[in-house]
Amino acid sequence: MLQIKDLHVSIDGKEILKGIDLEVKAGEVHAIMGPNGSGKSTLAAALAGREMFAVTKGSVTYMNENLLELSPEDRARKGLFLGFQYPVEIPGVSIVNFMKTAINEHRKFKGLEPISASDFLKHMREKKELVGLTSSLTNRSVNEGFSGGEKKKNEIFQMAMLEPILAILDETDSGLDIDALKIVAQGVNQLRRKDNATIVITHYQRLLEYIVPDFVHVLYKGRIVKSSGKELALELEEKGYDWIKTEE
Amino acid sequence: MDESALSLELKRDLISLFRQNTGALETNSGRILNLYRERAFHDFDKLGIPSTKNEAYRYTPLEKYFQGNYDVELNANPFKIDVGSVFKCDVPELDTDVVLVLNGFFHSGNKTGQLSGGVIVCGLNEASVRFPDIFHKHYSHYADSEADGLVALNTLFAQDGVFVYIPPNTVMEKPLQIINLSHSLKNLRITRRNLIVAEENAVANIVVCDHTLCNQRYLANSLTEIFAGENARISFDRLQNENNLSTQINHVFIHQLQNSLFNGTSISLHGGLIRNNFYARQDGPNCETNLNGLFLCDDKQHVANYVLVDHASPHGTSNQLFKGILDNDATGSFNGKILVRKDAQKIQAYQKNNNLLLSSAARMNTKPHLEIYADDVKCSHGATVGQLDNEALFYLRSRGIGEKEARFLLMYAFANEIVSRISVPILKERIIELVDKRLRGELSKCNNCDIRCG
Amino acid sequence: MEESQDHILNEVTGGEYKYGFITDIETETIPKGLNEDVVRLISAKKKEPDFMLEFRLKAYRHWLTMKMPQWAHLTIPEIRYQDIIYYAAPRQQVGPKSLEEVDPELLRTFDRLGIPLEEQKMLSGVAVDAVMDSISVKTTFRETLAELGIVFCSMSEAIREYPELVKKYLGTVVPYTDNYFASLNSAVFSDGSFCYIPKGVRCPMELSTYFRINAANTGQFERTLLVAEDDSYVSYLEGCTAPMRDENQLHAAVVEIIALENAEVKYSTVQNWYPGDRNGKGGIYNFVTKRGICKGDNSKISWTQVETGSAITWKYPSCILRGNNTIGEFYSVAVTNNYQQADTGTKMIHIGKNSRSTIISKGISAGHGQNSFRSLVKVVKSADKVRNFTQCDSMLMGDKCGAHTFPYIEVENESAVIEHEATTSRIGEDQIFYCNQRGIDTENAVGLIINGYAREVLNKLPMEFAVEAQKLLAISLEGSVG
Repeated sequence: MLQIKDLHVSIDGKEILKGIDLEVKAGEVHAIMGPNGSGKSTLAAALAGREMFAVTKGSVTYMNENLLELSPEDRARKGLFLGFQYPVEIPGVSIVNFMKTAINEHRKFKGLEPISASDFLKHMREKKELVGLTSSLTNRSVNEGFSGGEKKKNEIFQMAMLEPILAILDETDSGLDIDALKIVAQGVNQLRRKDNATIVITHYQRLLEYIVPDFVHVLYKGRIVKSSGKELALELEEKGYDWIKTEE
Repeated sequence: MDESALSLELKRDLISLFRQNTGALETNSGRILNLYRERAFHDFDKLGIPSTKNEAYRYTPLEKYFQGNYDVELNANPFKIDVGSVFKCDVPELDTDVVLVLNGFFHSGNKTGQLSGGVIVCGLNEASVRFPDIFHKHYSHYADSEADGLVALNTLFAQDGVFVYIPPNTVMEKPLQIINLSHSLKNLRITRRNLIVAEENAVANIVVCDHTLCNQRYLANSLTEIFAGENARISFDRLQNENNLSTQINHVFIHQLQNSLFNGTSISLHGGLIRNNFYARQDGPNCETNLNGLFLCDDKQHVANYVLVDHASPHGTSNQLFKGILDNDATGSFNGKILVRKDAQKIQAYQKNNNLLLSSAARMNTKPHLEIYADDVKCSHGATVGQLDNEALFYLRSRGIGEKEARFLLMYAFANEIVSRISVPILKERIIELVDKRLRGELSKCNNCDIRCG
Repeated sequence: MEESQDHILNEVTGGEYKYGFITDIETETIPKGLNEDVVRLISAKKKEPDFMLEFRLKAYRHWLTMKMPQWAHLTIPEIRYQDIIYYAAPRQQVGPKSLEEVDPELLRTFDRLGIPLEEQKMLSGVAVDAVMDSISVKTTFRETLAELGIVFCSMSEAIREYPELVKKYLGTVVPYTDNYFASLNSAVFSDGSFCYIPKGVRCPMELSTYFRINAANTGQFERTLLVAEDDSYVSYLEGCTAPMRDENQLHAAVVEIIALENAEVKYSTVQNWYPGDRNGKGGIYNFVTKRGICKGDNSKISWTQVETGSAITWKYPSCILRGNNTIGEFYSVAVTNNYQQADTGTKMIHIGKNSRSTIISKGISAGHGQNSFRSLVKVVKSADKVRNFTQCDSMLMGDKCGAHTFPYIEVENESAVIEHEATTSRIGEDQIFYCNQRGIDTENAVGLIINGYAREVLNKLPMEFAVEAQKLLAISLEGSVG
């Protein structure tokens, strides 16, 4: 599904990612861990196509296509979803209106008619329940005045609405209490299918108790320095990141 | 410029006053001061005394304050004042270097010359002769006489005032306190001109107090130019406490280079008419400008604050906070402007003006105003005119606080947001005390002074 | 950042002004230029009673003594008043009684503008007065409204058929001496709408006037008068478009509203005059005086405007809150793109006790546009317990435009509570990226964000027009993302 080869990414001329190799297959869950500043969010943003992150070297193939050639919206329409670490506020734009626009853009891309109002409402009701989002929240403006937890739930809700093929969740656990974390994880797990995949980016092992990964990668100073099964996460939890730093 | 018949008449009188005294003015003044008079004459002749048709003076009816007979002093008044006694009288325990300016002239009794660290404090006229290089570089460079007839008028009649120079990398040891005194047996027209130059990495604390010592009519036109070099930090606090017959027009031009900081707080306690014009220009990136003002006025007093913060470079921040409490027949105005020039990106500029009206005859006009030509900026302004919060009043009373005291507490809290920004701690305490007395309706006269400022 | 903005800018193509076509119809015009004879000629053409001619002549003589106002934050090229044609009318029968008598070309024009004049085709619940150049073409639903005692007709007809009403109210809110453009309008106004809601009547449908400039080299000077008697209610909407022409055309209108006791008037404008091309060539100068008076106690006047068109807009719909407990409202979205300039806002004059006002303004500047908000909130001495809340937001798109605010607050009564807030912002690159990541392309993302920003105001428009206004906003900002 996704093949990253020797990916180098810079911001303002400063190289952040220095050669990433990663392959994700359908049905898999990958966790990317690492200390602050190791380049985790840069990887997520570069995959989603944020323009301030310049790819200077390497390739990314997604569904047998060159991902790097696609605009951010086309990546999204082809099923790539980024759960933002810091979702932006968009005053005055209700979540309902926002999601309806997004879904119809996806449908238009696939050559489908716009969704009917009743289907949309039904779809939304189902997904709201999944993440325990209340109607009072969906009638509000996108992320405006949301608490940290509400913003993250809103990201998972949008993921459920758009049914992505590859979801990249950037620090979705940060700022969540344990109940919110469970709800978020439950949402992610229910959306897991044979034909989709998830990349979970996290600083802590905590989330991985609820979303059990098939592979764990440790990102450090712009490179993946260790890859292994889920037991790696436990090891990191126990020993911290220092041993990786010293190993290097 | 829109001119009324009255303002034309005033202009004619002032021009003839200048013509009659040109010789004396020029003889008494250094060459560089005289150098700028011709242009100032031309500008004043063009602009005159601003009338209310002038947008910047829309709410300040100045002309009537310019009417009447005023004397002019062309030489320093020989009147002797014991610097020590005035100093004690005003702000006890305040450890400052003090200089007196009497009717616009740097007082001969001042300790002059260099303070520690090579800081120079002396009379403006003296400085124009002793430090021609600094003068050429700064004098009249920031005060734009084309913008305001009163600026031109100041330059036209400028003779003396205070000169302060803080060399590079120098921290002023003690705050400098400039005491402007008006003292005469006749009504007097006063011109004060100050120049403050803080070179790169300099740190300066300056306090200015304005007082009248007699109950005559004074018409003062003061102008201060302040230069903040790269990374300089200047605090400039002002206390205005003059009699009800006095008119004080006060211009402060601030010119900031990159990374510099300017904090200015003005407290207007008393005065017949006080007009403060602040012009701050950020001429390099990463500047910070904070301008605060509090005015308390009653009877027929008028206090007007005009502020222009000119963001001419990117990455600057500025804050304006002006608060007023108006009682009896007092009138006040606030006219603040944030200008963000094209390509001055990443600016954060804020402006707030809050006012309390305490009586049915008090009037307040406010015009907070933004002009923005760059897109990546965060600017906001807010203005309110209102009364003390009845719910808060009730809450205090329900706790057993009498209504009068409760009102006082709330007014005090309102004023304190500004007073708390004064940077010299002992001065802050003193001003808190003065504001306290002022709000309680007691005369805020200085301890040992019998002049009733009220 | 810069690069991505430029990229987005290039990506989105410029929007077309959809209403720029010209109707090929025989037009009767008078020679260009202005003098007393022209004023007399206009009055004669309209078969006006003497009092109107006197009104016009007084206004004209006063206008001659005045100068163009200079205080607005606008750069106005010289206007040569002697080169303007002050009267132009599509040639047709005077006062067509039925649709069959209206020139089919005119009907087609209004059809193309989305304003069908056949009643069965119309949005139910909207009565339209269609004005082309100097005259009213057709007023629909007149009979239905007449049954309720509501008068809705062109100004010319009103002057002939209801002279007493016109005489009583015309010029009472905007006197002929009011300002330069109001004086000019008073001298030469050609048509407009008249609306009278009798006591106790709630007007059951939206009243609407659609203004269309067609002829070249003409000025449009319409005059609207709206009187709401005690306990009445009316919602009124006006829309405007003009052909694309390289020269500038002057539009100087006057609107007066009188609301008597307990009356409520809602006045909405969707202004889409031709804004000029991308380089600032052509476009309408829209210099308009709109003012309402809440004369009776408990009355309310609410202005809503969506200003997307015109090369230059100079307009301050205002409320004189004379009665006690009266309410004035002003909701505005103003867009300036390319080289458009706008200086717009409101005045709330509080005279009555307990009067309240709300001002919500959303300015959007893009391209080289300059957008100024100007307001006056005045509380006179007698006005106890006045409340005002003003919020004025500006959004900037691109680094060549400007957003300015000039609020004036004048308070002479200590019991007033006046609050003013203003912010500036821009469309963040992060907001656009967030939308992109959800599959929404940049053009739609901008539309979405702008409509979100303006929602508070758009919500105040009558339902039928809110959707139209939303589309208009998106279209007028196409090609301007920065």
